[in-house]
Amino acid sequence: MNDATPTEADALTVEGVSHAYGARMALDQVSFALRPARFTALLGLNGAGKSTLFALVTRLYPMRAGRIRIFGHDVARASGAALRQLGVVFQARTLDLDLSVQQNLTYHAALHGIGAREAARLSGQALTQLGLADRANDKVRALSGGQMRRVEIARALMHGPRLLILDEPTVGLDIKARADILAHVRMLVRERGVAVVWATHLVDEIADDDALLVLHRGRILADGPVAQVIAQAGGTSVREAFTRLTHEVGDDAA
Amino acid sequence: MSARFSPAGYLICLCGIVRREGLRFLHQRERFVSALVRPLVWLFVFAAGFRQVLGFSIIPPYETYVLYEVYITPGLMVMIQLFNGMQSSLSMVYDREMGNMRALLVSPFPRWYLLWCKLLAGTAVSLLQVYVFLAIAYFWEIEPPPIGYLAVLPALILSGLMLGALGMLISSAITQLENFAGVMNFVIFPMFFASSALYPLWRVREGSVALYYVCQLNPFTHAVELVRFALYGQINWLSLAVVAGCTVVFMVAAAAAYDPARGLLARRGEG
Repeated sequence: MNDATPTEADALTVEGVSHAYGARMALDQVSFALRPARFTALLGLNGAGKSTLFALVTRLYPMRAGRIRIFGHDVARASGAALRQLGVVFQARTLDLDLSVQQNLTYHAALHGIGAREAARLSGQALTQLGLADRANDKVRALSGGQMRRVEIARALMHGPRLLILDEPTVGLDIKARADILAHVRMLVRERGVAVVWATHLVDEIADDDALLVLHRGRILADGPVAQVIAQAGGTSVREAFTRLTHEVGDDAA
Repeated sequence: MSARFSPAGYLICLCGIVRREGLRFLHQRERFVSALVRPLVWLFVFAAGFRQVLGFSIIPPYETYVLYEVYITPGLMVMIQLFNGMQSSLSMVYDREMGNMRALLVSPFPRWYLLWCKLLAGTAVSLLQVYVFLAIAYFWEIEPPPIGYLAVLPALILSGLMLGALGMLISSAITQLENFAGVMNFVIFPMFFASSALYPLWRVREGSVALYYVCQLNPFTHAVELVRFALYGQINWLSLAVVAGCTVVFMVAAAAAYDPARGLLARRGEG
């Protein structure tokens, strides 16, 4: 059965994207496409180009070479339509600590043109799902690190985006909170059909049925289901596959 | 879902940004206090000391001889806005790749609109400071006509926008100005002193004709004069034209110069 319309295209399409800082290439001809309602792990060491890729996908940086589309909408040319389909969780905390949870969510809703009444309804729903309904009027400062992350994820989903990108979202969390956040996001993929890009440098956050993108020194070294990537690299685990892939490129004295 | 926002959507976005800025400011008591102490020191100490030194003839908009405190009050009001504008603009430019600016910039509204909302929100915060300053000054016998308190509002909004946009333009264009000390030395002090904030320009002219022309070309002078006249229910048309023109030019240039790709990550070479 194929009832996909042209707008029901891939969740995220990156075509021939390059970005340089002076002479140093941060991204070099990066291309990939992600299907909707799928969990994709973007694996790369620090400095691999993940942050630059996120800056381009979120329209923070202007596109110099190549093209990025979110559900068919060009980020450079139709950025409004593209960004409406995008939810972002940044590596750094971006909640206002001295404002209440509710005030933070209302602010975010306003940035998407959603009025206060609708925002209250949406945030009430989201907080109930997170089990934080009774904390709505507490200052964010009073929440734990894991709770803040959950609120940020709820915030990123308030305007109903179909693509959620997270930049190393478990940095600074303890093991339990890390597992909880990961499970929560996988649940969102399963139950709400959100496409997720999960940038990480931690191989143990990747599950067998994920899609995997390996980014190393600005280039995509592998792209496919985890099992396929492992098989092609000739290893037995993601860790081994990653080591082999990055070794093939050679370590020209960084 | 339509690709464009309705005017109501734009208004919701603006109100949300202004509200957040206001809430944040109210939570930062130290910032509020220091924003008020600065002009009050000028008013209580500096102006009191200079009261006997400077004598004025009657100049518009004043209809009688005025105390020096009364003369410098509009200059101090705009000084509050100058500090506030420079401070918030600097953080808009240097935080553009992280934290709250980053969260703001992923909004689907056009970037120029988001930046404009942010400038207006900063201006709203400065209005709060200015009116509290005026309330305190009232007990120091700075008593403009009641209508002046209302008439000065649009003038302050315009001057606040102009100074915020200028701050954003300067911080985007001059990457060496990385901290507030640099902005103080090279922007705030020259703008404040080479203006009509502390002395009428006819007195400056007696001292130095060249400096007089510098003061005339300084947009800060016109912001001060616009506010001074408005505070007495009058309009200084020349100043209004200069401030309005500068606001538009600074805002267009600032939005064009605001390029996060030239920020920290670029200088560090990818993080």
